[in-house]
Amino acid sequence: MEAILLQILNGLDKGSAYALIALGLTLIFGTLGVVNFAHGALFMIGAFCAVVMQRLLGLSFDQVDPSKTDFLGNPLVVQMPYVEKWFGPEIGAAIIDWSVPLAIFLAIPVMIALGFAMERGLIKHFYKRPHADQILVTFGLAIVLQEIIKYFFGANPIQSASPEAFAGSFDFGVLLGFDPNVIIYPYWRMVYFLFAALIIGGVFAFLQFTTFGMVVRAGMADRETVGLLGINIDRRFTIMFGLAAAVAGLAGVMYTPILSPNYHMGMEFLVLSFVVVVVGGMGSLPGAVLAGFLLGILQSFASMNEIKSVIPGIDQVIIYLIAILILLTRPRGLMGRKGVMED
Amino acid sequence: MFGLSAKDTRFLLIVMFLTLATPILLQPFPENSAMAQFNAGYPDLMQKFAIFGIFAIGFNILFGLTGYLSFGHAAFLGVGSYTVVWMYKLLSYNILPGLILSIIISGLFALLIGFISLRRSGIYFSILTLAFAQMSYNLAYSVLTPITNGETGLQVYSNDPQMLAGANAPTSPHLFGIVMRESSEFAVGGWVFTFNNGYYFCAIIAILAFYLSMRIFRSPFGMMLRAIKTNQTRLNYTGLNPRPYTLAAFVISGMYAGLAGGLLAAMDPLAGAERMQWTASGEVVLMTILGGAGTLMGPVLGAGFIKYFENIFSKINDNVLHSWFAFMPDGMEDFLVALVHPFVGKGWHLTLGILFMMVVIFLPGGLVEGMQRISRLFRRKKATKPGGPDHEHHPKPAPHVAE
Repeated sequence: MEAILLQILNGLDKGSAYALIALGLTLIFGTLGVVNFAHGALFMIGAFCAVVMQRLLGLSFDQVDPSKTDFLGNPLVVQMPYVEKWFGPEIGAAIIDWSVPLAIFLAIPVMIALGFAMERGLIKHFYKRPHADQILVTFGLAIVLQEIIKYFFGANPIQSASPEAFAGSFDFGVLLGFDPNVIIYPYWRMVYFLFAALIIGGVFAFLQFTTFGMVVRAGMADRETVGLLGINIDRRFTIMFGLAAAVAGLAGVMYTPILSPNYHMGMEFLVLSFVVVVVGGMGSLPGAVLAGFLLGILQSFASMNEIKSVIPGIDQVIIYLIAILILLTRPRGLMGRKGVMED
Repeated sequence: MFGLSAKDTRFLLIVMFLTLATPILLQPFPENSAMAQFNAGYPDLMQKFAIFGIFAIGFNILFGLTGYLSFGHAAFLGVGSYTVVWMYKLLSYNILPGLILSIIISGLFALLIGFISLRRSGIYFSILTLAFAQMSYNLAYSVLTPITNGETGLQVYSNDPQMLAGANAPTSPHLFGIVMRESSEFAVGGWVFTFNNGYYFCAIIAILAFYLSMRIFRSPFGMMLRAIKTNQTRLNYTGLNPRPYTLAAFVISGMYAGLAGGLLAAMDPLAGAERMQWTASGEVVLMTILGGAGTLMGPVLGAGFIKYFENIFSKINDNVLHSWFAFMPDGMEDFLVALVHPFVGKGWHLTLGILFMMVVIFLPGGLVEGMQRISRLFRRKKATKPGGPDHEHHPKPAPHVAE
């Protein structure tokens, strides 16, 4: 029982990341009908927004500290971050400590701008081209984005810590009446899950309860008719592309304390997220979220020692195995609609 | 000749000549000259041209003809490599049994994967093949370690049985005594030409592979595959079941990939799981598209192009750049070096990505289409000359071999 609960919890954070990326992929596919292979790269760029934020906040100048001396007896020159100078040492240190959550405010405009640029500059010209062409050109774009990041930040993973307040682990078991230290769960992963739930909820609420969302949903169902009603649906779809890019970017920002960002992390997540989208059903938003969490949890179950001893290697292949099974038995995926990508 | 039309025979002969003369053609610059770094006539690279040419030709039979985009072809490459190294370990360093077996085993593997994956088409097919390839890759790294030797990679150890190896047998891959890594060098003037046994072995197989794909392109079977790409629904209505044809194409291209993987191990007796990773599958897609999918020559061109730039571009470092721009004023020189620096050396993938995007955006038919456009441009210029023949009353220029 404890083990099962623990695995469900462990699967949640990875599942949240899959769900967020898959949600963005599905938004783009559902609105623009474009298969975006560069979405993993957007996730990666989001993660590097956190790195940039960390470096920006860490910018410092040399200052002579009269109270300390170095080993020669001269006054010590210390590095003083600008933030600490402007806001005082305590608030400044706290700001630096919170650089990852603060990076959200950097990531949102950056990702939306990047999304707009991508859609207007490149994807726009590929609406009428076959899906294979879309896959290929976005695949090329992903390589380019990845290499640019590699050029500026190097090939090694860059560590970035979560705020001090979330450093420890939460003893989940005590809450449910188990022995202490049986089910412990890092605070940050919990934060990540809540954050993901918030974003997913926000996106759904936006689509469901605003006029803008209603128009977008109408456009997803029948683009031409909405256009004929005198609504500029292209512009709204571009905004949705920016939104999808922002969702991927935010997923990346908050994931940095869990996995140190490196330039090829996007590709790894992309392959899995595509599997998630296909399992959930192309074009179905709830399907993408459901499949994301499902596969994340199944993956963590498969990495339990008890299961690995029965079926060796299952933890490596479980996601792909599930995808194959689903595709062969339910070609539309878990919640796919009729007539999407069936040509 | 060879069951081909006169035009195709001419084309095949040209390809044969180009392949066999590669060691000379790719050494256009004298040794010791500043341009010598652009020479590609060294055995390692030439072998890769031939091997990845075979890989891309095979991939093209599936993707170019039927339009099914497989993202998992690297799995067959890896299977081929593992088979050949296992044959080294069990029998001897003779490459022939391993190569034959690698074709058979990868064919069977392709039959299995293709039988399942081809139940779906479009992006679902891509994801299914990708899933199978990633599964093979992950398994090769973890559970199948007794067979694949995991991260270390499979190689021959001195305590392996090697049952057929004679007392004086060569201790590296060979074909009945012809050692693959041996080569003879000829110096003519400032030029040094290297004729490598391994390259010629690969080249002959590549020519055979090319000939076979030419026959497939021209055969009724090839027409059938094209019909599948053009309109599968109509094919169904005519009462034909396209599945056996696509499956055959999938198995054939899997066998090509297995052969290419086997040749990789025949040139260098090592096999690692990273050959099966999806980036390797992506690479063959890049090669085929870059050269021109659905054309005979395109994939080979694409493979050569990518492998050439991978080797040459990644060798260019800052010192080389400085020597290039040395004739300029200092500030200008530094500026240009800084400008070019991100695109060469370690950053050559960036160049590849940009190039690939350009090709997909502006030249969906790849390099072959580019060449056709250029040649058409020249032809049109000739035709518009005053007094020239009126092209309205002339037969259309013969379609390119691949059309």
